[in-house]
Amino acid sequence: MYLTASFVSLEPSALSPFRQLLLTRIRTFLREPSAVFWVYAFPLVMVFSLGTAFRNEQVEQIAVDIQQVEHADSVMRSLADSRRFRIYVGSDQDTSRRLRIGRTELIVQVAPESPAEMNYIYDPTRPGSLLARNAVDDVLQRAAGREDVLTTVNTEVSQPGSRYIDFLVPGLIGMGLMGGGMWGVGFATVDLRIRKLLKRFLATPMKRTHFLSAMITSRLVFTIPEVLIILLFSKWFFGVQVQGNWFVLCLLILGGAIQFSGIGLLVASRASTMETVSGLMNAVMMPMWIASGIFFSADRFPDYVQPVIQLLPLTTLINALRLVMLEGAGLPQIAGSLAVIVSWGVLTFLLALKLFRWQ
Amino acid sequence: MPAISVSGLTKTYPGKPPVEAVRGIDLEVRRGECFGVLGPNGAGKTTTIEILEGLMEPSDGSVEILGRRWSDQGDEIRQRIGISLQETQLADKLSVLETVTLFRSFYRSGMTPEEAIRRVGLENKSDAWIKNLSGGQKQRVAVATAIVGQPELLFMDEPTTGLDPGSRRDLWNILTNFKENGGTVLLTTHYMDEAERLCDRVAIVDHGRVLAVDSPRNLISNLQGEHVIEFRIEGDEIAAAEFESLGGVAAVRKEDDCLCLSVAKPHVVIPQLLNHLDSLNLTLAGLTTRQASLEDVFVNLTGRHLEDDEESSLN
Repeated sequence: MYLTASFVSLEPSALSPFRQLLLTRIRTFLREPSAVFWVYAFPLVMVFSLGTAFRNEQVEQIAVDIQQVEHADSVMRSLADSRRFRIYVGSDQDTSRRLRIGRTELIVQVAPESPAEMNYIYDPTRPGSLLARNAVDDVLQRAAGREDVLTTVNTEVSQPGSRYIDFLVPGLIGMGLMGGGMWGVGFATVDLRIRKLLKRFLATPMKRTHFLSAMITSRLVFTIPEVLIILLFSKWFFGVQVQGNWFVLCLLILGGAIQFSGIGLLVASRASTMETVSGLMNAVMMPMWIASGIFFSADRFPDYVQPVIQLLPLTTLINALRLVMLEGAGLPQIAGSLAVIVSWGVLTFLLALKLFRWQ
Repeated sequence: MPAISVSGLTKTYPGKPPVEAVRGIDLEVRRGECFGVLGPNGAGKTTTIEILEGLMEPSDGSVEILGRRWSDQGDEIRQRIGISLQETQLADKLSVLETVTLFRSFYRSGMTPEEAIRRVGLENKSDAWIKNLSGGQKQRVAVATAIVGQPELLFMDEPTTGLDPGSRRDLWNILTNFKENGGTVLLTTHYMDEAERLCDRVAIVDHGRVLAVDSPRNLISNLQGEHVIEFRIEGDEIAAAEFESLGGVAAVRKEDDCLCLSVAKPHVVIPQLLNHLDSLNLTLAGLTTRQASLEDVFVNLTGRHLEDDEESSLN
């Protein structure tokens, strides 16, 4: 059969529909600056600002009030010498008000007739007050001549791995995987549906599974740099270490990307406006933002909601990420979680395939 | 074997009350012809073409595309047809070449993306993003994505709606070229000039039914008056009946303040008309003659204009 040059079948790999669909997704994503910002820069801003705001500092000066009475001067001098206290001297009424509204931790009241009798006024349920009471008592007792009978040495510890930032980074990685998967897949899908491009694709011999799996694969491709940037930045800026195996960590991250792109595809499988898909996305993500332990441990919620919290896909992911990053867990310890995570992705993908509305 | 054969096609959209978009259509489109489905908005054109394209299930009736049925040979049909939907918006931030290459990848065989782009005359826009193209250029990209799989049959749903006259002519040339290379085209349109210019045969549809199928020339000559005399009278309005008895007048209809006479031989009728006006003591305010068009065919069949509800066509 005679074929002119322009009719020759092209190199099969260059024209594989899956490859072309994947390339299309990658191109359209990279050409959308705001999408790139939300996926790549936003998590860094979070790591930086939260890591800075909650950096571990020396205990701050303790606020202590002294009631203005006859022998208060010597108390004030002793406390001022130790430099650990921020001292305020005021009337009974004034200092009581300050204690009530939390301006001060403790009121020191010297007995009017006897300078050696102290009354500490504080709320014992406030940890800061308790700390202030003990610290003030210690200083005043020593100033009054108490001798310490034991020799003590203090070893202060602040090592990477036990700080808030170390706790936070796995949470933010999980949050990034969730947001990226849901928005990345969901918005792109609905955008194509609104443009009637899905319908246009349907009128070609394109295989539906090629399209949907290219959608998910593109997420996996974007995920690798996304997570790597967070890990490198937090290592460089805050010294955050990965205690466990990097390979295991990567498996978890890919699992998380599969999980949330499946969920994103499901959420977007029938929505035909941006408003609908945004609403659905937020409804699905909100409980996980709050309860899955991104910023603080999910254990803080009461026992009776724990069964629900532990079922949330993001909880499983973040717990496993923390096990690997903070406690050095290996594959055997997280294999169960990984299976649950991947199952979420596979099952939602299959369901989305069934429900998917092309036009 | 015809390119398309349709019989007893109906489509009813569920609802209260149900909407009968297509109420029994029979069509046969021959290989190598350009077939037009001409009708006003809401006539059921898009529903019909989307059923033929396999995007929608008919409520009843049978459809064969290139001798195959959608139910068991859908993939084979899709490999052999090209489609341009009404209102597809291609991705803004892909280049022309990237877009056409994507579509090419869906087909087993076909032309190179570059060749498809050349055929729609966008070689020098190959690397431009879709969002930087004009409406006419975007529509040409849509046609390139439809022809890149080297289809035997091309479906075009309202291909020139909203385009400027120059872009419309460009698109007509592309479709004419496709047909000259042996392809079959089915297009829907509500522009009678498009149907007259492009189509070998036209089906005139209204309210989900086919009113007539023939070549534009035959449809017009079947009016028994290929010419139209339009005239106005100064002062009072006059009754159409006054002129029905004139020799050589096939039909009279009133349009705004004009009377339109369908005639075969204007040079015979006009002197009689002038005499008749004289005898009635009426003064002519204006008189024109023109060739009858598909518009007149449509008016003759339905009593309405093709574009009653919107701006008139560009001719």
